[in-house]
Amino acid sequence: MISANLSAIFYLVSGVLFILALRGLSSPETSRQGNFFGILGMIIAVTVTFLSTGNFSTGFVFVLIFILVGGSIGAFIAYRIPMTAMPELVAGFHSLVGLAAVFVAISAFLNPEAFNLGYPGNIKLGSLIEMSIGAAVGAITFSGSIIAFLKLQGIMSGSPITFKGQHPLNAIILISIIILIYLLCSTQSSNLFWILLAVSFLIGFLLIIPIGGADMPVVISMLNSYSGWAAAGIGFTLENTALIITGALVGSSGAILSYIMCKGMNRSFFNVILGGFGATDEKSSTSSKEQRPVKSGNADDAAFLMKNASSVIIVPGYGMAVAQAQHALREMVDTLKKNDIKVSYAIHPVAGRMPGHMNVLLAEANVPYDEVFELEEINNDFANADVAFVIGANDVTNPVAKTDPQSPIYGMPVLDVEKCKSVLFVKRSLSPGYAGIDNDLFYKENTLMLFADAKKMTEDITKNL
Amino acid sequence: MEIDPLIFRLSIFILSIFVGYYVVWSVTPSLHTPLMSVTNAISSVIIVGAIIAGLSGNVDSVFNISSTFGFLAIALAAINIFGGFLVTQRMLAMYKKKKKDKK
Repeated sequence: MISANLSAIFYLVSGVLFILALRGLSSPETSRQGNFFGILGMIIAVTVTFLSTGNFSTGFVFVLIFILVGGSIGAFIAYRIPMTAMPELVAGFHSLVGLAAVFVAISAFLNPEAFNLGYPGNIKLGSLIEMSIGAAVGAITFSGSIIAFLKLQGIMSGSPITFKGQHPLNAIILISIIILIYLLCSTQSSNLFWILLAVSFLIGFLLIIPIGGADMPVVISMLNSYSGWAAAGIGFTLENTALIITGALVGSSGAILSYIMCKGMNRSFFNVILGGFGATDEKSSTSSKEQRPVKSGNADDAAFLMKNASSVIIVPGYGMAVAQAQHALREMVDTLKKNDIKVSYAIHPVAGRMPGHMNVLLAEANVPYDEVFELEEINNDFANADVAFVIGANDVTNPVAKTDPQSPIYGMPVLDVEKCKSVLFVKRSLSPGYAGIDNDLFYKENTLMLFADAKKMTEDITKNL
Repeated sequence: MEIDPLIFRLSIFILSIFVGYYVVWSVTPSLHTPLMSVTNAISSVIIVGAIIAGLSGNVDSVFNISSTFGFLAIALAAINIFGGFLVTQRMLAMYKKKKKDKK
């Protein structure tokens, strides 16, 4: 048994180690060390908790068993998960944090004595407020992440689900949550606590269903943020510094990522949250336009163009992840490099289904990270490059975003792919991208469409090089 | 007059938000996915609350309603901690610099 003051200091130490863990991610070199700091912080926090309760009876054995069971499941998943499934994994993990927060809150509500919070039916007001906020946010994180997971996994359709009166309904539910928390704190009724949880689960579900597949980067970041706020809420209840610091870190981290993602699409946060994007403008774009001519080619043509180039820029997108084409792509690039062709990669902030998705896939395929560039770093280079190879990306290359104020994606920062001498566009068909709008790039004089599966096409090009 | 300890915790919270803000802006965009998985892992420090809840049963009955929720939360948080840190490690191990001796 160690004193409360000493354990508070250790919790502070682990909070600082968590800060260092995030700090380490400022560059790939320091990142592994950062992860180690994170693990160390976690070990300290858990050990101190054991020491401060001083309870090493049967309960302790069961705690270890549950840690072991959960830990093995987690380790198993971590080693088996393919890198392309990372968005699903992160969404799934968010849901677990949310649910854990809910469970801890329930436990504290049923047995407040164990946490020094008062007695059932007479819980300290401050603690009850913190607890119910933590529980509500945790529940929203849980059900929201489950929907995000199902959409990413393809079990649920990625298209937005909207119905009449959706926004007023959500608003009513959100207001009712605040009223419920107020009533709960004044009456201490356990029934209200359960109702609060149920309503929070429901709103998490309702908030995410109208948001479409390509907006998932924002959703995942947002849920990341929520999971942090839920942890912080519980941290206040338990008067635990490590949890408060971590909750604040994770909360702001997720918020910043959501902001970066929204900016990458030139849309406001509310516009994304209210959802329905892509579902509404279908009619305006697909039917009215007459057929415009496109130039299409095969692997041989593409190989010829690239062989005669001196610099190539590769623009990967979600389609590359779907086709699992990253390894084939790297092999193609290796062949190009052998022919003394300069190759770099251009990553749009919202390429893929989560922040940094493309970077991880390229890293998995052994692409050195100093060949991979962000939008601002590389956008001026397109004008000097000979070939742009667009693989699985679409809306993020659409020049309409710069020219047509009527377009739903007008103002979105896009890669200046059309400035390249020639553009190779690997795509399965001419179908519009997620935003439901035609890509002008398809019809440009210097664009050659390669209609095929991304992986197969890349392999064929390599053979022809 | 004495200051409520809540105010101290609130100060820590607010300052940590600012620390988080500056630290996260300095994260390189190419590591945004590992950032998400590691924040996932560290937010599972909620396991400390779960452990207290799990140990709240008495000697005769380790499992009561309250401690059972605690044990479940322990398992969930443990999945996240191990899964989160290990998958981050796996990802970070893949980020390599250009090799000097390129064939």
